[in-house]
Amino acid sequence: MLAREVLQELIQALGKENVLSEQEDLMTYAYDATAAMKHRKPDVVVSPLSTEQVAEVVKIANRHNLPIYTRGAGTNLSGGTIPTEGGIVLSMLNLNNILEVDQDNLTATVQPGVIIQALNDEVIKHGLLYPPDPGTIATATMGGSVSECSGGLRGLKYGVTKHYIMGLQIVLANGEIIRWGGKTVKNVTGYDLVALYTGAEGTLGIITEIIVKLIPAPEARKSILAVFDNVDKAGNAIAAIIRNKVIPATLEIMDNVTIQTVENFVHAGLPMDAEAVLLCEVDGYKEVVEREAVLVERILKEEGAVEVKIAKDDQERDLLWLARRSALPALAQKRPTTVLEDATVPRSKIPDMLKAIRRIATKHNLQIATFGHAGDGNLHPTILTDDRDSEEMKRVHLAVEEIFETAIALGGTLSGEHGIGIAKMKFLDWEFGEAGVAALRSIKEALDPNYLMNPGKIVRRD
Amino acid sequence: MSIYDSLDSINEELRKCMKCGNCQAVCPIYKETRQEVGAARGKISLLEFFLSGEIEMTKGLADRFSLCTTCMACNNNCPCGVRFDKIILGARAEAVRKKGLHPVKKIAFTALKMQRLFDLGMKTGSIFQGVALKNIPNRYSKLARMRVDIGIGKNKVFPMLPNKTLRSELPEVNTVKNPKMRVAFFTGCMINYFYTDMGRAMVEVLAENDIEVVIPKDQGCCGIPASVNGDVDSARILAKRNLRAFDKMGADALVVACSSCGSAWKHVFGDLLENDPEFKGLADIWAEKSYDISEFLIHKIPFKKEGLGKVSRKVTYHDPCHLNRGAGVNKEPREILRSIPGLELIEMKEPGRCCGMAGSFSLVHPDLSLQISDRKTADIAQTNTDTVATGCPACRMQLQSGVENANLDEEVLHTIQILAESYRAGKKEGKSI
Repeated sequence: MLAREVLQELIQALGKENVLSEQEDLMTYAYDATAAMKHRKPDVVVSPLSTEQVAEVVKIANRHNLPIYTRGAGTNLSGGTIPTEGGIVLSMLNLNNILEVDQDNLTATVQPGVIIQALNDEVIKHGLLYPPDPGTIATATMGGSVSECSGGLRGLKYGVTKHYIMGLQIVLANGEIIRWGGKTVKNVTGYDLVALYTGAEGTLGIITEIIVKLIPAPEARKSILAVFDNVDKAGNAIAAIIRNKVIPATLEIMDNVTIQTVENFVHAGLPMDAEAVLLCEVDGYKEVVEREAVLVERILKEEGAVEVKIAKDDQERDLLWLARRSALPALAQKRPTTVLEDATVPRSKIPDMLKAIRRIATKHNLQIATFGHAGDGNLHPTILTDDRDSEEMKRVHLAVEEIFETAIALGGTLSGEHGIGIAKMKFLDWEFGEAGVAALRSIKEALDPNYLMNPGKIVRRD
Repeated sequence: MSIYDSLDSINEELRKCMKCGNCQAVCPIYKETRQEVGAARGKISLLEFFLSGEIEMTKGLADRFSLCTTCMACNNNCPCGVRFDKIILGARAEAVRKKGLHPVKKIAFTALKMQRLFDLGMKTGSIFQGVALKNIPNRYSKLARMRVDIGIGKNKVFPMLPNKTLRSELPEVNTVKNPKMRVAFFTGCMINYFYTDMGRAMVEVLAENDIEVVIPKDQGCCGIPASVNGDVDSARILAKRNLRAFDKMGADALVVACSSCGSAWKHVFGDLLENDPEFKGLADIWAEKSYDISEFLIHKIPFKKEGLGKVSRKVTYHDPCHLNRGAGVNKEPREILRSIPGLELIEMKEPGRCCGMAGSFSLVHPDLSLQISDRKTADIAQTNTDTVATGCPACRMQLQSGVENANLDEEVLHTIQILAESYRAGKKEGKSI
């Protein structure tokens, strides 16, 4: 229960209309998009209208020793916004202005509540693009996306969120406001706090303004679908494309379980007996795209694709991508609970990872479908289960652990794009060792000594 | 079990939701409030917490369930195919079972059930409306605003009540010389009491196509205001009354010009009366032959194109949610408009986005309704048209209020009125040749 005094201070700072304290509202901030997570109701939800108000909230939280859980659209997949210790949920959705699009410096300055798609809708008017494109592009906020360092389908060629963040305004855990980075391409002044806060999941402070890098939007694109009767061949094809110096914007893979489910769901014309399909898109100048598409087609055939299809127009392109876009929702229809992982390996290890996942599924008698961003090694093994079945959930957790183990053993990482949050916190030492975890903790405690910023995420308090 | 009787039937619908939050992208309420409870995911979660016993059905919870225009935009954007429109109606019915109906709504729905009393009230209203309403000058229609705020704000613009209701103005059977079909017209309340011009246009256009129009005197409210607010009992009474009235008169088809009334005849009566051995069959028979007027004119009769005269209008068309997403009718009205000589159709940005009226929603949440309406009005303003066409009297009222408040010189009409205008123009042209 929140002390009356705290509530009054918050109302005084933000106005009554920006403070929610009724149980029916609080309950709707007890969860996010992560499956099979324990929910927890916050004590109060506040929606500041300015950086100063954010700082004010942080000061109130400090005075009363209350945790702050900063939240955008709540679409993350790591439990990153669940208020595990109650306290204050800080909704950034009212800070939703695009402050500037600077065509000379190719930057945009936005507030954290801006939806990623809204930024792209604005910059495309100038022929520009903000490339990170997580699946939630139409709902996720820039603040959340920067804090989770989200990836997306274009990672292979364009990188991920961290490659586009040039400057930040941050409210520190003590309520001070700082700016770091800016519009310059080069900047080596001091430690790179912009990099540190990008992907910090709100555990070190609160981002209140973001300067992003923009690029000229590609002029043309072409999509190619390849069907394989063997996972190894598909894996070799991925490596061969890159070896031939073609960097597609997107290179996606779907395994047999995914193909069958998707085909039953949307009837996109995928062969049910295929072991894997690759979906590739090249983009850039028209002439380059033409040349690369032909080259990719040849490579895919040489590597033993049973069938290769190039989309002739936008309509055919959309049909090819419908299958990929439908992967997760189609899988989600099969069982009530969908546990989606994002363990990532070097792209050369994709076939090994796919085979290991299948072995793990058989061993624990689970349904696991795998699809994902093969080009950048980021797979989404998706366990189809039912969180009401506690015996099966035990096997799910064992399988998840083995998937993490395998990814790390193959030289990969626990999380490619979803973040650590609560979900993967206890596995960090597998990747960093105890010393690594201690280093993380030192950084956390230096910047947030009282564990008020999104506590219970990434770094466990001893 | 229907969604109106028990939450069991929506349990599986709830399980489909994977909490991805995609509903946020299209929810008109979330767009304005930016609060989780606005979007479907928030209300689905609340319902789950209620079902798991974590929270109780409070007045506060019932209030949160009122935050939905039932525009169905989230249904279409949901990757898992969750039918949120079913969930919200089920939740509201549950709230009424547990907490009773809001007293104001109770009075309103009781009045709708007592047809003659309601008629008398509206008649009295048409005489004394000047007391509460202040006329506003408008060259297209008689409009008015509330003189005092009775809790719904003073911004809302209403059409003045005509002296005579449509059903007292027109005969029960409107004959034509060589009828090729007999069609029953379900007027709905808004057309009967407020927009009699729309009702006359319906009869005019159908007569032009050699169709005899029956307007059963015993018909009443379709019951949608009651069923969407969880007052299942009133909705059932109204459904049965209407089924009896139309069955008595008989007809080859039933037409409506209101998207909510249309959904009542096409789906809701059948759902409400699922376990009623006497009426379920009747509901299904009429559901089968119920048409929105634009659907009827395009698919059922091919309407007469010869005789259409020139109508010099620049028109933009707003898709009513229940006609567009609810019944899948969106090409038909546009086809009708495009067939009219002289008329130019200019699409607005997002013609399918909810106008924010949503029946009683606009009375319970007047500020929110107005905010949603303002976006629509801004989209209309960008089209530089002189006419807004739509397919629903409730949308018409909201759009009219929006353009009036924004001082736009736009006439707001139902598609059928423009078609009637074209037939009239055709006759004039014929005479002058």
